[in-house]
Amino acid sequence: MSNLVAQHPVLVVAVIKIAVLMFLLLTALAYLTWFERKVVAHIQSRWGPYRAGPHGLLQPLADGLKFLFKEDVTPSGADRFVYYLAPFLTLSLSLTAIALIPFGPGEFKLFGQRTSLGIANLNIGLLFLFAITSLGVYGVALAGWSSNSKYPLLGGLRSSAQMVSYELALTMSVVGVLLLAGSFNLREIIAAQQGFLWGWLPRWNIFASPMPQVIGFFCFFTAAIAETNRLPFDLPEAEGELVAGFHTEYASFKFAMFFMGEYASMITVSCLATILFFGGWLSPFPQIAALAWMRYLPTALLAAGSAWLVWDGIRYETLLGKIVLPVLGVVLAGLAVLVALPGANDFAQGPFWFLGKVFIFLFIYVWVRGTLPRFRYDQLMAVGWKLLLPASLANIVLTSFAMVVGKR
Amino acid sequence: MSLELVLFFVLAAMAVGGAVSLILQRHPIHSALSLIVVMVALAGLYLLLGAEFIAAVQIIVYAGAIMVLFVFVIMLLNAGVEARTNVSRMARYVGLPLGFFLTVELAYWIAGAAGRQAPVSAGPTPTRELARMLFREFVFPFELTSILILIAILGAVVLAKKEA
Repeated sequence: MSNLVAQHPVLVVAVIKIAVLMFLLLTALAYLTWFERKVVAHIQSRWGPYRAGPHGLLQPLADGLKFLFKEDVTPSGADRFVYYLAPFLTLSLSLTAIALIPFGPGEFKLFGQRTSLGIANLNIGLLFLFAITSLGVYGVALAGWSSNSKYPLLGGLRSSAQMVSYELALTMSVVGVLLLAGSFNLREIIAAQQGFLWGWLPRWNIFASPMPQVIGFFCFFTAAIAETNRLPFDLPEAEGELVAGFHTEYASFKFAMFFMGEYASMITVSCLATILFFGGWLSPFPQIAALAWMRYLPTALLAAGSAWLVWDGIRYETLLGKIVLPVLGVVLAGLAVLVALPGANDFAQGPFWFLGKVFIFLFIYVWVRGTLPRFRYDQLMAVGWKLLLPASLANIVLTSFAMVVGKR
Repeated sequence: MSLELVLFFVLAAMAVGGAVSLILQRHPIHSALSLIVVMVALAGLYLLLGAEFIAAVQIIVYAGAIMVLFVFVIMLLNAGVEARTNVSRMARYVGLPLGFFLTVELAYWIAGAAGRQAPVSAGPTPTRELARMLFREFVFPFELTSILILIAILGAVVLAKKEA
């Protein structure tokens, strides 16, 4: 075994990277639930979580502990094996998908191995992501079936129909991007979007020259929201009709696993939208002398955030907040100084733009949830088959036509 | 043992185990799940051979689409545990020798095919090469297959309409 490790140092590096990414991702998932509750609350003129820790910052921790210590009930007559398998499948598939996302162009050395940000770099990256997405149906369908209860069964049936229908539109909507990039590799897709039109408009696929992928992006994002079972397409768990849909009978941490799986898919979809249509880690500003100060934008934003945290922390009503918020502010200030250093500054540019765009998409996800009412089931099917699928097919035809004409 | 060999044996064991479990399981859903395991293990074997595109398509089409429909139908019919019947006499006296014969035949042909050239070489971008073969040299059979599938879809729609 040690021989195997010595022969394959790549494996050791990969395991370390996976551990670090898992830690960061699970923290991000926990705070994504906090972020969503806060944003939706403010959309609805409420405060959202405010009691557990300053600004409710300890709420994810409290939720996690509660999930761990709740009684874990298995319904009578449930198919035990499948009932336990379903949440594992959901969570592990959504976490696997993140392994394919490249977070930045930079390379660094770990144990003498040159590695990049991101775990796997596959030639068929995008195809592999869709393969994992297509397996995601099982978690929901099997959970609904194995609970031995009517509401989960109906929810599971609905969601398998929904996910199979929207998968088609999802896959077809990115073909235009694939035609423009000529590769399934996510890094190459980003690299193909480098450069600027007329010197100022970034050549991201959403503005690409022969055929802007606006239709493709619209179809992709709509289908992706449906594929991740989020509002306004969260019919599998329409509480007015189905109690809680496929996870009605799940309690304790098994429910938390479905929850985490859903949020991990949200992150994957936001990353994919960034990579495929918005240039991934590429900066929206051209490399000219007048805009050279843009490289200190991460520092400026972090410093502003730090100043706000300290200012807010000093006036905060509880003692814990008076201590925690300024400390967080000082941590952010340290990060701001770190990304201003010459070597780290170059390295931080890619991840900064990438994570910034991903954050915008996550915000749109929450914004849509706080704004739109749920679709009716027949409307859902009509949108999927009669609007998104033909539109994405038309996008393929238009893009390939524009590319042939543009080449001549 | 090299890593590839270890992975091969793990995946092969998964595929064979899944196939055996597919036959032995009493519940249709469990059988369907076993078949999915076989599909995923096969995709892994394709990856080991360097056929990335085929591996991904194997999962998307078989595990992600066809088996989802199987599971969907089983869920809709709410099929329960199957009652075991005695294995038919036909299966016992004809099936076993035929199965043995088929295994020997397959082994013979696979042994003979070792070292033969494949039409698509495993280059740096096999997907592009595959597409070139498919849309240049085999474009006629490819289009014919798509028409066949279209006819099958139309047939399904016509049958479903008649029921309603």
